[in-house]
Amino acid sequence: MSVSPVVHIERVTKTFPQGNVTALQDIDLELTSGELVSLIGPSGCGKSTLLRVIGDLIQPTRGSITVNGKSASQARKDGDYGIVFQDPVLFDWRTVAKNIALPLEMLGWDRNRRRARVAEMLQLVELGGFAEHHPWQLSGGMQQRVAIARALSFEPSLLLMDEPFGALDEMTRERLNLELLSIWEKTGSTVVFVTHSISEAVFLSTRVVVMSPRPGRIAGVVDIDLPYPRTVETREAPRFFELVTEVRELLRSRGEHLLPEEEEALQ
Amino acid sequence: MTSRAARQAVEWLPALIVFVVVIGLWEGLVRALHVQQFLLPKPSTILSVFWTQRHTLWPAGWYTFKEALGGFAVGSGLGILAATVVARFKTAGTALMPIFIAANAVPIIAFAPIFGAWFNPISPHSKMAVAGVLCFLPVMVNTLRGLNSAKPRQIELMRSYAASELEIWRRVRVPSALPFLFTSLKVASVLAMIGAIVGEYFGGALNALGVLINTDAQIFQFQTAWAGILVASLLGIALYCAVGASERVVLRWSPQARDS
Repeated sequence: MSVSPVVHIERVTKTFPQGNVTALQDIDLELTSGELVSLIGPSGCGKSTLLRVIGDLIQPTRGSITVNGKSASQARKDGDYGIVFQDPVLFDWRTVAKNIALPLEMLGWDRNRRRARVAEMLQLVELGGFAEHHPWQLSGGMQQRVAIARALSFEPSLLLMDEPFGALDEMTRERLNLELLSIWEKTGSTVVFVTHSISEAVFLSTRVVVMSPRPGRIAGVVDIDLPYPRTVETREAPRFFELVTEVRELLRSRGEHLLPEEEEALQ
Repeated sequence: MTSRAARQAVEWLPALIVFVVVIGLWEGLVRALHVQQFLLPKPSTILSVFWTQRHTLWPAGWYTFKEALGGFAVGSGLGILAATVVARFKTAGTALMPIFIAANAVPIIAFAPIFGAWFNPISPHSKMAVAGVLCFLPVMVNTLRGLNSAKPRQIELMRSYAASELEIWRRVRVPSALPFLFTSLKVASVLAMIGAIVGEYFGGALNALGVLINTDAQIFQFQTAWAGILVASLLGIALYCAVGASERVVLRWSPQARDS
């Protein structure tokens, strides 16, 4: 089971007709079950596009994608994906509990089963007392936890996260990193995590996929051999810094044509 | 609860004071300066006519109110329908939107005599038509904006759940449109009352409020005309408040609804 690929990407190319941009070129990537893989790179390297291609929200121009042995569109129809975006994308007219229950409603779960699962998810993201609050009554970090709970509520085999903590302050971000890891260890889901923070990628992942821009390619893959469970101390371990340096150098070597502000974003 | 009521009372106090002062000044100045009755009657005179003529004024008001209500319902309903069609079918949008926007600049009230000719000028339908046409555009334009206000990410999220187009409408587009819709319905409620009354200025049943105001003004019964305007205002405010109240019920979840 652990060796079966969850996602198999073969020679995927995506060009956008507007401006003739090649967002992705000849991407080959395989994810196995239970992995937490980060996609990292400067803006414009196609990491979000790759995430959307995997999630069947964008169609590739060439190449093939299989998810759990099916086409990506079949996987989407089967509810194999949970998605978390940079902004929480909660629905203001729904309470926290109802936001989490949304995918369950779509899957036709009955009320009691929904209620039980929502209670479970609220515990998982430590928002027990906020079931009947509305999203705008919560802080940014809490809203993002609701989005994560919603994405996990139907136990998707694949969790796609597009810079989920990018808009949060550093403290909240590090706390949510730890929370994500503990959830991941509990649920055993496979996670694709897009970020442009090197330390976040190294801290979370089993593997870091480094991408370079124009056209978007995979510059290299770094295996992160830091032991789990990872803790606050992991960030201070010498091995952590070695891996951060390795990722950074990979980014630099392929990023001669980075704009200054992109370089800055990668610090 | 009591503290909330008290807070609301405090919030309303300044407006109430201004209102009382203005009425007081009006009364005082008209008396002091001996303003002619036909130029500006005293508030006390208007109020006394408002009371003595209540058996004429209120049935007339109710008659006109029903016209406004009919026009409001039909015009707003068609506005919502048109917005739905335009939001759903892009080609319909490209064909219709320029026309709607051009129509928006037309002083629609100018059509009032024409509607009188199209429908029976005595019948309430010509007034409903004026009120309805006035309501249509604001409701249509705002509802359309609302239906298109759903964020691309929200749609993407629904797609990731394999949601059908219909489900995306039901669960995302329609709820996002509701705050916009209610804003326009409040505007439309005011326009409907204006449309009905102005429509009646061009002819209508004898027991209609607009006809009554118009006739009384022509025969120098200005205090009665003013009392009629008072009835029209009260009914207009009532309709506006009714829409506002249903907004607060439907949009309980909205932070804006709580503030307003």
